[in-house]
Amino acid sequence: MTDSKATKPQKRHALSTRLWHWINAVALTILFMSGLGISNAHRYLYWGNYGFDPADAWARVMRFPSWATLPQRYNLAEARDWHNTGAWIFALALLGMWLAMLLNRHFVRDIASSPRDWHPASLWADIRAHLARDFDGDDRTYNRLQRLAYAIVLALILPLMIATGLAISPGIEPAAPWLVEVLGGRQSARSIHFITSWLLFTFVVLHLLMVLLAGPWRLTVGMITGGTREEKPS
Amino acid sequence: MTDIPRRSLLAGLAALGTGACSKIDGFPASDTGTSLFDAAEDWHRAAHRTLAGRQGLAPEYGPEDRSPTFRGNGSLTVDTPAYKEQLAKGFPDWRLEVRGLVERPLNLSLADLSALPQRTQITRHDCVEGWSAIGEWTGPQLSTLLDRAGVKPEAAFIVFRCADVLYGRPYYESVDMVDAYHPQTIIAHQLNGTPIPEKNGAPLRMRIERQLGYKHAKYLTAIEAVASLDDIGQGRGGFWEDIGQYQWYAGI
Repeated sequence: MTDSKATKPQKRHALSTRLWHWINAVALTILFMSGLGISNAHRYLYWGNYGFDPADAWARVMRFPSWATLPQRYNLAEARDWHNTGAWIFALALLGMWLAMLLNRHFVRDIASSPRDWHPASLWADIRAHLARDFDGDDRTYNRLQRLAYAIVLALILPLMIATGLAISPGIEPAAPWLVEVLGGRQSARSIHFITSWLLFTFVVLHLLMVLLAGPWRLTVGMITGGTREEKPS
Repeated sequence: MTDIPRRSLLAGLAALGTGACSKIDGFPASDTGTSLFDAAEDWHRAAHRTLAGRQGLAPEYGPEDRSPTFRGNGSLTVDTPAYKEQLAKGFPDWRLEVRGLVERPLNLSLADLSALPQRTQITRHDCVEGWSAIGEWTGPQLSTLLDRAGVKPEAAFIVFRCADVLYGRPYYESVDMVDAYHPQTIIAHQLNGTPIPEKNGAPLRMRIERQLGYKHAKYLTAIEAVASLDDIGQGRGGFWEDIGQYQWYAGI
């Protein structure tokens, strides 16, 4: 038993990563679709603290069709129920994922990047490689574009969804008035919440596209069973 | 003082284990799904009260931060000749009752309310639909009235009775004792220094500053201390809660 670690190939995805990935996928689907339903209740976005007059809006949002919303008809009360319940699952799961990937060094080992990775020339080279359907990149588990995308999503976009969501809640504001202030007021927080959700949607579309191009069966099974960490020549 | 109802919290926890997914396919709400939603809302309320404290104040703004107008929503008037007549005359005969589980029921005119210690606050009004308006509200604190009437210990909720009728039902709302005694919970009779306009709830409207707009009952006629919300309306604590299944706690 003592040498089992040495002989058994290491999993590509830790159990905590796989659990979070699928819980988060379900939570984000619920939050996004119920969010579109909530958006239909007042389809104007404003900057600042107040905003109710369409003449002051910076954006008029389309009416999202019922097939895209949760529930699948206009019902603000039920959409809010889905959204406010999904928010707990999403936020607690993200907290758990951050703790896990700091403890098991997943973030430092597989996701963290150095300033060199952000150099425009190397980014452009990677994008060209992706367009040529060469996804291997360097010798690490994730290639450079993946590491950058995952880091931006985990460290910026997902926390910003939570921060802007909290800032919209009048019951949170007495505890954290600074949160609403740094976001530029409640209607600004609402606008940023909306914009960030579409950034996240864009990430999910690109993520699914990459999975489809790079081997959907192998990658999906890997995210369920854990797969194996490939030994690559450096 | 009442606390977070444990009953629905436990029911929600039980729902997590027994079939929280029964609503996923979009069929009508099952009891399990509904109690999970209710539990999630209870956790939000518990988290808000823990983080902000029971007396935590909603932000107040300066006069220059007010929105140029204040949107009216929901009921925009009370559709009776008596109301229109009172509106035209400045509500000389409008009465506000304080009743229910109190030692000394009160029956107050607008002049009586204006003679009480007043609080003026410039606050943001957030509608459940998503929009916000900022206005300056003036009126006595609800706690002043409750103290004068002497709320009995068995009272757990304060119900607000209204003159307006929507979809054939009288509007009403309710809060627990935490929000009832909150310093910013006032019975406003002025908006931006003048009597409250018709569309905003003339002559009296509640301000429940840490919750969404549907809690801020307009066209107020009575304040009632009760032990339970079960026998009022359909028992969910408010007009929109009854008719549209909106959550009773509106802090998110």
